[in-house]
Amino acid sequence: MNKIGLIIKREYLTRVRKRSFIIMTFLGPLLLAAIYIVPIMLALNAPNEKRTIAVVDGSHWFEEQFKGNDEQTFIIVEGQPIDTVKEMVKQGAFDMVLYVPPTQLNIPSNAVLYSLNQVPLSTDEYIRSVMKKEIEEQKLLASGVDPDIVDAAKTDINLSVIRMDEEGGEKETFTEVQFVLGMVLAILIYMFILMFGGQVMQGVAEEKNSRIIEVIVSSVKPFQLMMGKIIGVSLVALTQFLMWIMLTGVIYIGFSAAIGLSNPSAISAGSVMTQEVLSNDITSNEAVQNIVQIANSIDFGTIIGCFIIFFILGYLLYGTMYAAVGSIVDSNTDSQQFTLPITVPLIVSMIAAIYIVNAPDGQLALWLSMIPFTSPVVMMVRIPFGVPIIQIVASIAILAVTFVLMTWVAAKIYRTGILMYGKKLSYKEIFKWIKYK
Amino acid sequence: MISIKEVTKKYADHLALDRMCIDIPERCIYGLLGPNGAGKTTLIRILNQITAPDSGEVRINGEVLCQKHIAHIGYLPEERGLYKQMKVGEQAIYLAQLKGVDKNAAQQRLKWWFDKFEIGNWWDKKVEELSKGMQQKVQFITTVIHEPEILIFDEPFSGFDPINANLLKESILELRDKGTTIMLSTHNMASVEELCDSITLINNGKSILQGKVTDIKRQHDTQRREIVLRTNDKASVLALADTYINIKAEETEIENEMKLTFENNSANDIIRRLLDLGELVSFKEVLPSMNDIFIQEVKSKN
Repeated sequence: MNKIGLIIKREYLTRVRKRSFIIMTFLGPLLLAAIYIVPIMLALNAPNEKRTIAVVDGSHWFEEQFKGNDEQTFIIVEGQPIDTVKEMVKQGAFDMVLYVPPTQLNIPSNAVLYSLNQVPLSTDEYIRSVMKKEIEEQKLLASGVDPDIVDAAKTDINLSVIRMDEEGGEKETFTEVQFVLGMVLAILIYMFILMFGGQVMQGVAEEKNSRIIEVIVSSVKPFQLMMGKIIGVSLVALTQFLMWIMLTGVIYIGFSAAIGLSNPSAISAGSVMTQEVLSNDITSNEAVQNIVQIANSIDFGTIIGCFIIFFILGYLLYGTMYAAVGSIVDSNTDSQQFTLPITVPLIVSMIAAIYIVNAPDGQLALWLSMIPFTSPVVMMVRIPFGVPIIQIVASIAILAVTFVLMTWVAAKIYRTGILMYGKKLSYKEIFKWIKYK
Repeated sequence: MISIKEVTKKYADHLALDRMCIDIPERCIYGLLGPNGAGKTTLIRILNQITAPDSGEVRINGEVLCQKHIAHIGYLPEERGLYKQMKVGEQAIYLAQLKGVDKNAAQQRLKWWFDKFEIGNWWDKKVEELSKGMQQKVQFITTVIHEPEILIFDEPFSGFDPINANLLKESILELRDKGTTIMLSTHNMASVEELCDSITLINNGKSILQGKVTDIKRQHDTQRREIVLRTNDKASVLALADTYINIKAEETEIENEMKLTFENNSANDIIRRLLDLGELVSFKEVLPSMNDIFIQEVKSKN
């Protein structure tokens, strides 16, 4: 076995055997699974705790309108002053009381909701929408519009967004899904680069500080050691990533099966839950269809392929920089000033991601996805929205070329840095090392 | 075996090695001496191809030093280090493999060495669980495991108790007898006198003294002699010593004994007279110690 292979093997095995790696490998999918399992569990086991809301309607406009739904029932209280009803809320007869002050002729447009506890957003929204609809309807009627027309005008909106391409293909897109997917991918790539880049730096610093470096570099070239470490750690990252995907799949299937046996309607209930997050007011049948549509609208092949390419190249670029920094630092105290140039572009790309997710085809998005230090994160935000192939290729090419150049620079710094002890270093000094033969 | 010719290495602001020339014959223990910062580590790093010289060349058995020689050199650096989290045996195998020994051979040789150093039961322990002296033993073994033709030891005895230091010394001599060429860099002059056949003394990147240890001592001989006399008449001995220049008489810790030291005089005359005053216990030639030579040479150059 050649030497770089031996180094990769050692780096890989010592990390994979670590307790922290094993814990992370199993904890990650559990956390991911929790994201979809918890809402389902909540939906399934939610106590049927309907809120009862007393309505004291001084204007008598809304008495018929509050029909109630799954979450709340409305009870019209008549002939009681609001203060009495408020007392009743305190004693627990109702959860809250909605008070519409009496009016003379006008349609009232303000109301007060008294509650002992925090009012859920859904209740707030429900009351608003009921009142708004009624007021609009009454205003239309008051201005002489035919009641039939008013009835006919009541519509729920269902907006489909279709994305066209030059070849005449049309595809329904789901902006919310792309939004969430883009951000999740960006965070994932950011986290992986930071986490495993940090491991490279720690590994190099450990070898330097334990002085084993001198023994090793008398057997192998510093460049082999550096690359062996970077590649070894990248394999650890890929292992972790693939384990996460696999375990998440296993948990999902296992969970579905378990729920499916005990409660046949659970899966669709789960789907409804997911669906409700994405868009409201769709019945469960449509929801299932929608899920299929959404799944079809996402190009998983491209996304996973791009993720792996951008992760590997992005990690390699940052990994070489982390290796160089690891070779410079003597102790953890002075690592700050040298890690800053690495973390800043990463943080910038993460902040930019928040803007870019709203304008994935904008100028900022284009430029940042061409700059190699920001492109891995930024490209992952954009890819779910669809990126022209030429841009992807250009971005990957720039990233790859920068990686090669950075490796050359980092190797020079590394070679000198690992054997340099107890010297205060400045950037000027380090630039000199690059020029050494 | 090793021939270092006109090797120069310059760092940003100072000359670490200045046209250094050393010839190390086969099967010998060669001492590399010099004060801190003299350039010893730089020279050793050049031999290990960790750094390259700016000019000059190093030849091993007549061939210019190159990548393939790495497998023939074993290096024990002054600053010891092992992977703390790794198990002893696993680590030793890994380091042997990096030197090009295959796994089975490494395992067999390690077993032999571990038995010799009585550390067989540490195989599965993590390095961080071992004491410093124990780690030194492991490190020594990993240095010699690939049976190199050339061994470079930088301060090999530091951190060892006398028993283990002796074990180490014997192992080094055994290795020499088996045909290994050994380079020893140390500040411990006693071990230089015990082990080294030849030395080079480096100061400020230059070789200031070179040759066989016995020759060097001879060259630095100040013709010092020492007489020990057992006598009951100390006053007469003192009086006699006073009649000669360069002779100093003093009492020793032992009762009735006197020590006379003198330089550059013929001893015959005084011995004849001393015999009347008491019994001659010893007469010897005092050669300067390597320690004295080291200090004298380095001071005279600075």
